[in-house]
Amino acid sequence: MILKPHIDDIKSIGYYLAKIIVGLGLAMLIPIFLGLACKEINPALDFLIGTEIALIFGLLLKKLCFTEKDLNWMQGMIVVSLSWLVAMVLGAIPLYLSGHWKSFLDTCFDSMSGFATTGLTLVQDLDHLSYAHNLWRHLIMFIGGQGIVIVALAFSIKGLSGAFKMYVGEARDERILPNVIDTARFIWLVSIVYLILGTLALGIIGILNGMNPFNAFFHGACVFMAAFDTGGFAPQSQNILYYHSLAYEVTTIVIMLLGAINFKLHYHLWAGNPKEIWKNIETITLFITIMITFFITAIGLNQLNVYPKALVLFRKGFYQLISGHTGTGYMTIYAQQFINEWGSLALVGIIIAMALGGSTSSTTGGIKMLRIGIIFKALKQDLKRIILPERAVVVQKFHHIKDMFLEDRQVRSVLLITLAYLALYGAGAIVGMFLGYPFLNSLFESTSAAANVGLSCGITSAAMPAALKITYILQMWAGRLEFMSVFTLIGFVVAVVKGK
Amino acid sequence: MRQAGYLTIVLFFIFLTLNSISWAQGIISSTELINNTRLYDGKTVVYEGEVVGDVMVRQDYAWVNLNDGINAIGIWVPKTLIKDILYEGSYKSKGDWIEVTGVFNRACALHGGDLDIHAQALRKTGSGRILTERLNLGKRNILLVLTVTLCLVLILKQLKRA
Repeated sequence: MILKPHIDDIKSIGYYLAKIIVGLGLAMLIPIFLGLACKEINPALDFLIGTEIALIFGLLLKKLCFTEKDLNWMQGMIVVSLSWLVAMVLGAIPLYLSGHWKSFLDTCFDSMSGFATTGLTLVQDLDHLSYAHNLWRHLIMFIGGQGIVIVALAFSIKGLSGAFKMYVGEARDERILPNVIDTARFIWLVSIVYLILGTLALGIIGILNGMNPFNAFFHGACVFMAAFDTGGFAPQSQNILYYHSLAYEVTTIVIMLLGAINFKLHYHLWAGNPKEIWKNIETITLFITIMITFFITAIGLNQLNVYPKALVLFRKGFYQLISGHTGTGYMTIYAQQFINEWGSLALVGIIIAMALGGSTSSTTGGIKMLRIGIIFKALKQDLKRIILPERAVVVQKFHHIKDMFLEDRQVRSVLLITLAYLALYGAGAIVGMFLGYPFLNSLFESTSAAANVGLSCGITSAAMPAALKITYILQMWAGRLEFMSVFTLIGFVVAVVKGK
Repeated sequence: MRQAGYLTIVLFFIFLTLNSISWAQGIISSTELINNTRLYDGKTVVYEGEVVGDVMVRQDYAWVNLNDGINAIGIWVPKTLIKDILYEGSYKSKGDWIEVTGVFNRACALHGGDLDIHAQALRKTGSGRILTERLNLGKRNILLVLTVTLCLVLILKQLKRA
C-alpha cells in the first residue's frame, strides 16, 4: 500500500525549497551590478524583475511552509530535484526578457543546460547579448556545477543534520571534511581560488591575443566558470574558435581537466599529498579512457584525411575529445563539421568519451570514472575466480583516497547507475530518431545532453521540435542529479496521486 | 542625339544592375561554406558579414570575426586592411558590415586546423553605429508592480512576526 504524503512532508519540502529560491534571487544581484556598471539599463531591469519574482515566491513559500523540523531522506531528495526545476524556470526569466530566445521553452532549455553544466544552447544572436545576460549564463553554470544546494548549504543553511541528505541528492556522496557544511564551503573555496587564478590567466592571454582589457577579463571569467564547471557556454557564438589561440585552448584544457577531478583529490592536492593523484583509481581510469577514446578518434580522423598534418589532427581531435570526456562541450570546430567531415569512427570515439564522463564528486556528468574503474575491477575479480581453484579466496582491492576491498554490494550499485545512464542515452536517441534524425546524430546529441556535455552535431537549434527540447531538458536534469532524487520525486508524485 | 543620350543612360543602369547581381551571386553564406567545406577548400571566395567582438591584432595581421546572421567565421586579415573598421558588434553597437575576398580554408594548416578565410581584399559595405538604449516602459511598469508586491510581502512577514 502506498501512503499519501503527510502535510508535514510538504511543509518541510516547501520550507527548504523556499530558502533555495531566495538564494537564487539574491544571486541575480551580481548581473544587476554588472548591468548597472556597464550602463545596460534594460538588462539590469530584466534581472531586477527576476530577483523580485524569486524573492516574492521564496518569502511567501517560506512563510506558508515554516517548520523547525529537519529533513528526512525522502524530503531531502525531493527538495533537490524540485530545486533544479524551480531554478530552471526562475533562471530563465531574465534571459527570456532579453528577447534573445524565441520562446520561454527555449529559455528554459538554456537555463537547465546552464545549471546542469551541459552547454547546449538555443540563444539567438549571442554576439549582441549584453554583459549582464552573458554573465548570468556563465554564473548559473558556476552555481549549478558546484550544486545549487551546495550554495545553500555553504551560505545559508546552518547546522542542519538533513543537509547531508540534500548533498547526496545532488549526486555527491563523498564528504571531503567530516562536516557536510564544511565540505560545501571547501568546494566553494577551491572554486573561487581557481576562478581568480583562471580569470587572470585567460585575461592575460586575451590581452596578448589583442582583445581589449575589459573584454579579455570578462571573457576570462566567463570561460573559466564554464570550463571549470565543465559547462561549455561561451560569450561569443563561435565558442572557443572565436579566440583563434593555441594558448587559450591549452589553458582551457587544463581548466577542464581540473574541473573533471574529484573535489576530494583537490583537497589532497591542497593538503600537499600529490601522490594520491597517481594512485587513485579515478585518475588512472581517466588517463586510460582518454588514451583509448583519443586513439579511436584519431584513427577515424586519419582514415578520412580530415586534417592535413598530424599536429593539426592532434590539436583539433584532442581538444574536442577532452572537451567531450570532461563533459564541457567547448568546441573549436563548427557543429556541422562533426557530421560532414569527422566520419562515424571519430564520432563513436567522442560519443564513448562523452558517455564515460569525469570523476565522481566533480562538476562533470556521465557514468564517471570511479564506476568504470570498479566495473573493470569486478570483471578482473570474476576472471580470477574462473581461473583460480574453487577454494581460492579471491579478493580485489582498489585505491580511492584509501585502499578499499571491492564488495558485491558496491558493484551492484555501480552497475545499476551505469545501466540507468545507458538507458537514458538510448531513450534520447530513440526520441531523436522518432522525430526523423539519423541514428548517429541522435545518439551523439542525446549522449551529449544526458551526460551534460554540450557538444553538438547540429541537431540542437531553435528549430528542433518542442518534444526533443523537452526530452533533452529531462535528460540534462536526470543526468546531472544521477537519478536517485529524480526517482524519489516520481515516487512522491505517485504517492500524492495514488496514496491512501 | 537625345536618343543616344537615353540609350547611354539605359545601358548605364543595365550595367549597374548586372554588376550588382554579379556581386550578390559571388557572396557565399557561412552555412554554404560550413556545409560544403571540401568544395570551397583552397578557393577564393567572397563572404560578407558584420564585425562581431574584438578585432584582435596579431603583429602584422588581425583576426576579424564576421557574422552573416547565421554563423560567424574568422577572417585572417593583413593589418593594413583593417583601418576602415570602426565599429565592432556588441550589445551596445552594430558592427561594420564588411565584404571580404580571400582564400577559404577548411582546416587551415597555419592556424591549427581552424576553418577560416585568409583575406586578400576587404571592403566596407555598411557602416556600424552605436546603439542607443531606451528604457523599456513595459519592463519598468512590471518592476514597479513587483516592487509594491514585494514590499507587501515583507510588511506581512514583519506583521506576523510582531
